[in-house]
Amino acid sequence: MPDDGLIEVPLTINGAAVSVRVPPTDRLLDTLRYRLGLPGSKEGCGEGECGACTVWLDGLPVCSCLVPTFQCRGREVKTIEGVDAATLAPMLESGATQCGACTPGVVMMARWVAEHPEILGSHTMRELLAGNLCRCTGYDGIVEGMARMVGPKGTHHGGADSTEKKSRGERV
Amino acid sequence: MKRIEGLAKLTGAERYVDDGPADAGLGMGPCLWGMTVRSPPPHARGRVKEIRYGKGGGGIDWSKLVVVDHRDIPGLAGGRGVNEVLMIGTDQPVLAAEYVRHVHEAVVLIAGEDREMVRRAVAAVEVVVEGEEAALDYRVEPTAAQVQGGFDANVLKRLGINKGDVEAALAAAPIVVEGEYETGAQEHVYIECNGMIGWVDAAGVVCVKGSMQCPYYVLNALKHTFACDEKGVRVIQTATGGGFGGKEDYPSVIGLHVALLAAKAGGGRPVKMIYDRGEDMQATTKRHPCLVRHRTGVDRDGRLLAQDIQVRMDAGAYVTLSPVVLSRGIIHAAGPYFCPNVRVDGKAILTNSVPYGAFRGFGAPQTIFACERHMDVIAARLGMAPEELRRRNLLRDGQTTATGQVIKAHAPSPGTDRVALMDRALVAAGWAKKKQEHTAFNAASDHLRRGMGLATFWHGAGFTGSGETYLKSRVHVAGLPDGRVEVRIATTEMGQGTTTVMTQIAADRLGLAADRVVVAVPDTTVVPNSGPTVASRTVMVVGRLVERACEDLLVRVGLGKDAKGAVVGEAVRRWHHLRNAEGGGPRGELIGEAVYRAPPGVQWDDATYRGDAYGTFGWAAYVAEVEVDLRTYAARVVDFVAVQEVGSVINPTLARGQVAGGVVQAIGWALMEEFAWKDGAMANATLTNYIIPTSDDVPRGGIRVEFVENPYPHGGKGSKGIGELPMDGPGPAIANAVADALKEFGVEPNRLPLTPERVMGMMEKAEAAHA
Repeated sequence: MPDDGLIEVPLTINGAAVSVRVPPTDRLLDTLRYRLGLPGSKEGCGEGECGACTVWLDGLPVCSCLVPTFQCRGREVKTIEGVDAATLAPMLESGATQCGACTPGVVMMARWVAEHPEILGSHTMRELLAGNLCRCTGYDGIVEGMARMVGPKGTHHGGADSTEKKSRGERV
Repeated sequence: MKRIEGLAKLTGAERYVDDGPADAGLGMGPCLWGMTVRSPPPHARGRVKEIRYGKGGGGIDWSKLVVVDHRDIPGLAGGRGVNEVLMIGTDQPVLAAEYVRHVHEAVVLIAGEDREMVRRAVAAVEVVVEGEEAALDYRVEPTAAQVQGGFDANVLKRLGINKGDVEAALAAAPIVVEGEYETGAQEHVYIECNGMIGWVDAAGVVCVKGSMQCPYYVLNALKHTFACDEKGVRVIQTATGGGFGGKEDYPSVIGLHVALLAAKAGGGRPVKMIYDRGEDMQATTKRHPCLVRHRTGVDRDGRLLAQDIQVRMDAGAYVTLSPVVLSRGIIHAAGPYFCPNVRVDGKAILTNSVPYGAFRGFGAPQTIFACERHMDVIAARLGMAPEELRRRNLLRDGQTTATGQVIKAHAPSPGTDRVALMDRALVAAGWAKKKQEHTAFNAASDHLRRGMGLATFWHGAGFTGSGETYLKSRVHVAGLPDGRVEVRIATTEMGQGTTTVMTQIAADRLGLAADRVVVAVPDTTVVPNSGPTVASRTVMVVGRLVERACEDLLVRVGLGKDAKGAVVGEAVRRWHHLRNAEGGGPRGELIGEAVYRAPPGVQWDDATYRGDAYGTFGWAAYVAEVEVDLRTYAARVVDFVAVQEVGSVINPTLARGQVAGGVVQAIGWALMEEFAWKDGAMANATLTNYIIPTSDDVPRGGIRVEFVENPYPHGGKGSKGIGELPMDGPGPAIANAVADALKEFGVEPNRLPLTPERVMGMMEKAEAAHA
């Protein structure tokens, strides 16, 4: 560690190699927002409950408010700024965003499901989204947009509809 | 039409208050981080004996920090500053001086470049409070030592409604049913916490920008505290990540705080204050807790003969908006029913809790919960189906409400058939069939119970009584040199879709493509005061003003009021062209204007609470189906039908989103959102243990939303208010469904939220009573 107490952390962000010097207390969320000019990820709670800060770390969705930046050395981070806007039309059409504060985190989760539709064989979309709190939409617009974004891949794996019916039926 | 700023939000490109460059784009150095020292527990009330700086000592360089306490306020406003937050009253100090009235009251402000150092400095300030006996339970009469604020028995506002002769009617009624209903506080949990940036510009103007619903409320508060006129202050709204009422009154407080820090910092340096979730939950306003007592006379056919209703709300430690919340609460307390004799006695009680403020529904959800729960209690007493009791009492056109308002059609539209609305909800929910299935299911299941619950209700659209007339809202629609038009309103986008719907309204009225209409950023130097973004008034009231301002614009460019399409853009461009060719002087602005005028025939008397409380009402019938697990006592909503009449539906996706979102917020209020209080402070101020609904707590089939459309001729594009209505019905519908599910046990779920702990308590009480 150099004398200024900062740690040099080389990492990949949205496909580009960068290196940041951060205090050991910096959370990945702070580094993204205040040092790298990537304010798309939001802080909603700072304790991993709301999911507004969701990014992908080595391909898995995580709450960036719970990840110390120094742990990201040599790892790959994808943020909302790295998402292809063209994939999001179904979310827009279904009313998946209202105030937009939860939205970047929701999109990071929804895109992850869209790219890993096999998970819908074992989990419903509503279960997979349960770590992303939204106070505006009541979730229906998000779930609908996500289902449309996932498309037939999801239903093929027992997606929204069939899984939901099944889990409801199991209660009987 | 798709949400205009939707793609920016989906891609993370939208910029909220904390998302801008470090210097907030002002070029005066990076924002200082501002934070707040608050009065500590356990004293919810008492004298501030001492403020000790430097507790814990080392490592804090105070010379690098800006510190403001109450003594700085006069000086920071040229010797004239006033330590008062202007809302309805002025009783709340900007910073507590000698006395604190609740825990977590703001006492000292600190700002500095290094956020971590500011954090440590805040922790190093000790506010020593000499505690006095606090009033923490609004439900009981205060002791002599608890009485405060110069109020009689801590009643800070009392309002009443009187119709007919309640005592005589109750004495004569064959059946009188009594009940007591209670609802708890609710935290807004907008996902973006409160945040603000303040600076003093080169001309000495005090500027504030940030997350807010009502720029002119913040402006008026700044004018008051800084003792200046509107030329000395400027307020700009940034993209706002949810409000729900939580950013109606509180932004005035945090706006004043950043402004004072910036004034003290000097040099035009901006100061940014962003609350974290814990501070936001502990220190900002919440929904008023409420206790309602009903005493209702009915005849043997279930006709309401008399309603005697007492409403008691916890106002918290300062007036804030409580008188108006109480007003809306009592007006909705008797429900959408005809009853010849009604008395509502409402009291807002001062306590030493954090002040309660605006929250979606604004007092109506509380009293509607009591009313609709009570209707089911009456039905049970009469051995009548709940829908039948409602069918017999729902208002018919021509009948009067508790305030004597005649409910009638708004020509040329037909009247609203509230019974048909209810029947539609019952059919959509499969009410009769489900009831039968549940009987069989509940008999067969050892640990699950299912039930159905109904609520029929109303929500007054826009401000109460003469509120809009006093407000005199003003709207501008500017014609731009390139032929586009710009809607200039102070009514804000906070997620509900204002920008999109206002664009639709102006584009429609002028026959322009949507991309020929822009909605201005709410900046008080640009937009006139179109009133606050509250009370479900935006589309109905401000939308109508936008239509009229469009008409005014047409006249100003020499067109007829009904002109539409390409000629409009042409005429706007021509106006600018001529103006520039002629003058050579400063470019004139082309502005169409409209100022509010009340619809004809609306009469309200504020002194007697008689007359037309609202120009119109939204009407709704909601049905909840729940399942209660007798092993965990968890109640879950498994199906929900929401049928409403809100005038015309202008944007179906946005309208559905308002209803689904409101219903789910109300599911949280009804089943899970519980406050843990300690000495008047919120003890569970984290999202770990203040639980709001997730996607998995919503019925798997979604909220089933249906609209009955019946245009309201005095609302923008035929609309009535929509935003608050969906918060009103789910609470009682769910509680009624829980009562239905657990009817074999004889429990009365008359207190929200129905957490598993509370359901367990009810079940144990019922068992003990049967033993």
